[in-house]
Amino acid sequence: MATVETLESTTRTGSDIGTRAAAAARDAAFAGVVTLGLCFPIVALRAEQDMSNQLVLQQRWSWAIIAALLVFAARFGVVMIRGQMAARAAATGFPVAAPARAAKAPSRIRAAITRYIGIIGVAVLFLFPIVTNYYLGSSGSLKWINNYGVQILIYVMLGWGLNIVVGLAGLLDLGYVAFYAVGAYSYALLSTTLGLSFWLCLPLAGLLAALWGVILGFPVLRLRGDYLAIVTLAFGEIIRMILINFTDLTNGYAGITEIPKATLFGIPFTDTPGGFASVFGIEYSPIQRTIFLFYLILCMALLTNFVTIRLRRLPMGRAWEALREDEIACRSLGINTVTTKLTAFALGAMFAGFAGSFFAVRQGFVSPESFTFIESATILAIVVLGGMGSQIGVALAAVVMIGGTELRRELDWTKQIFGDSFDPAQYRMLIFGFGMVAMMIWRPRGIIQTREPSIFLKERKSVSGSLVKEGHG
Amino acid sequence: MRWKTDPLLVVEHLSMRFGGLVAVNDLSFAVGRGDITALIGPNGAGKTTVFNCVTGFYKPTEGRLSLARQGKAAQHDVDALTLSSKRHQATSSGDLYLLERMPDHEISWKARVARTFQNIRLFQGMTVLENLMVAQHNTLMIASGFTILGLFGVPSYRAKERQAIEKAKFWLDQIGLTDRADDPAGELPYGAQRRLEIARAMCTEPVMLCLDEPAAGLNPKESADLNSLLRKIRSEHDTSVLLIEHDMSVVMEISDHVVVLDYGIKISDGTPGEVRNDQRVIAAYLGVDDEEVEKVEAEIGV
Repeated sequence: MATVETLESTTRTGSDIGTRAAAAARDAAFAGVVTLGLCFPIVALRAEQDMSNQLVLQQRWSWAIIAALLVFAARFGVVMIRGQMAARAAATGFPVAAPARAAKAPSRIRAAITRYIGIIGVAVLFLFPIVTNYYLGSSGSLKWINNYGVQILIYVMLGWGLNIVVGLAGLLDLGYVAFYAVGAYSYALLSTTLGLSFWLCLPLAGLLAALWGVILGFPVLRLRGDYLAIVTLAFGEIIRMILINFTDLTNGYAGITEIPKATLFGIPFTDTPGGFASVFGIEYSPIQRTIFLFYLILCMALLTNFVTIRLRRLPMGRAWEALREDEIACRSLGINTVTTKLTAFALGAMFAGFAGSFFAVRQGFVSPESFTFIESATILAIVVLGGMGSQIGVALAAVVMIGGTELRRELDWTKQIFGDSFDPAQYRMLIFGFGMVAMMIWRPRGIIQTREPSIFLKERKSVSGSLVKEGHG
Repeated sequence: MRWKTDPLLVVEHLSMRFGGLVAVNDLSFAVGRGDITALIGPNGAGKTTVFNCVTGFYKPTEGRLSLARQGKAAQHDVDALTLSSKRHQATSSGDLYLLERMPDHEISWKARVARTFQNIRLFQGMTVLENLMVAQHNTLMIASGFTILGLFGVPSYRAKERQAIEKAKFWLDQIGLTDRADDPAGELPYGAQRRLEIARAMCTEPVMLCLDEPAAGLNPKESADLNSLLRKIRSEHDTSVLLIEHDMSVVMEISDHVVVLDYGIKISDGTPGEVRNDQRVIAAYLGVDDEEVEKVEAEIGV
């Protein structure tokens, strides 16, 4: 009896595979035709200049056909594997419930991991410059401390700052780089014209940026969603245009040069008597300044993180999150949404201002080129990629985004595989695009998909990301 | 008859027009202190519009909404305040507020009118406890020195926060959700979400609680629980209740005073018994036989 049943089911599966293959072939053929259609104008035909500077149409039909065949094969494979999985699930009687699995995952274990990542991460970061300097020497470690360490930490700090506005308050800000620019130019101008020191300019830059945050906040208070995004985007561009065109103050495209370097409370990092090396009786090395900058931005970023974590547990932070969840309910509970939004804008902007003045002191040079829209987009991508509202997530996302960008500069080893004519730099954006698509499929709510409650009675339970709103704008 | 002898809220000549549409037309009624007042009427009668005017979500086109927080206000005080450009006046009988002049968040925080919504508006991604903490925002905000003292974790703020948690626990106990305090509000069953929304509104310490269809979607047992919760709120917390409700079992059982609206006009006002037997209410709700239309219309004065 049992054997008969097995036999029956095998034959059924056999015919199933046949029908599935036919369906998959149809699906894949359609995808192939679409690819062929798309490739026809951009791959199959190519206009090139010949020796006499005339455009010649090159035909590369084989390329288009190869692309179509590749897509056909890949699509066929994907559909078959998916069908196989569905069939197996049907046979065992359990449907493949992807959402259910995703919902179950956020558990206490994950919360514990999240907590330890923070502590370990901070410890590693404090040891990072010392260890790299010890093993790689001062010239070898410069790249790691400066290009990776300092660069990533700037974006971690910017991400944490924007996280207040976008992640907590749910206000989509596409012009965040404007406040970064305000901070950078504040320090550049105050130090070059008035000769103020970095340590005095740092809080001033933060305050000025916060002021601009409020100035932007007022007109956009009534805007939501796409409208808010467009206006903040425009604001970022306005600031950049002012920096370009107000040449008397900002020196336009040429930017401001020779910005004074930061000192360790008056001790400069120079090879002179009274410099850092001679005061502490060690040998002078330019890496000392870089290491100082590393610790400086690390402390600034940690301050941002500390303040944000604290704020989340205070009524103001809770009001931000409530605003993201439901603005009308907020008003019915007596929360003044105007001041709540403005404080979110102001605090987010303030941290960008701090980061901006650090940027100016690190580069020693600022120009409007550094504050284009792509910077805003990168910072926003970090916040979204990290998982909106999650501090650890944003930090990890900054490492992936900025560290990834830096790493992609170092793809020279691929030449050994593909030959010397292969230029990996050309594929950087392609890899980035693939990464984005992969994220959209597997982690649509960012790296950290859960929300940690700000207060608990008995037990801290993570809130599933599917319940948390993204805000209305 | 407390709505005549000791009114908490007096609505006079309230009109709300949206372009050419008159949603509420010259409506006057009073909410008695300590009463449960029901605002009923067929769909589209303008009940929610009245609510939105009372709670400041709409600015009324015309009319006066005066709320005497502690005791019955003298008419001359109300008139004096109306003539001034102020929103609030401390009188001999207590604080007097003109709600039509106040923005929504001030009505909640200063005049102490809390509300719930027809379609539940909880902070779904926040836990049950967090929802109740957000409701105590202004008290905690002051205690945290507008965040500055709170950042340094001063003891006075910590104490206030503990008090706030205690109050949240009290209300969780009242609505039977203590076990679910750390769960996200969006994961609660529908009936529990309705109760949580009421508890959240009560955490703002209101003198008047406006409930927009609190029994909608509840089963008979949950409805009965709601009735006892509302009675308890009225008797133990100095909170008057104004509610919109279609469920007549709730309305007739718990309310002291019923106001009936139809097409933005008040058609009846009185005790549940009076309203139940009012011809115009019956006509508005059930309609009348064809042959009686003229007679009833003449009676109503249409």
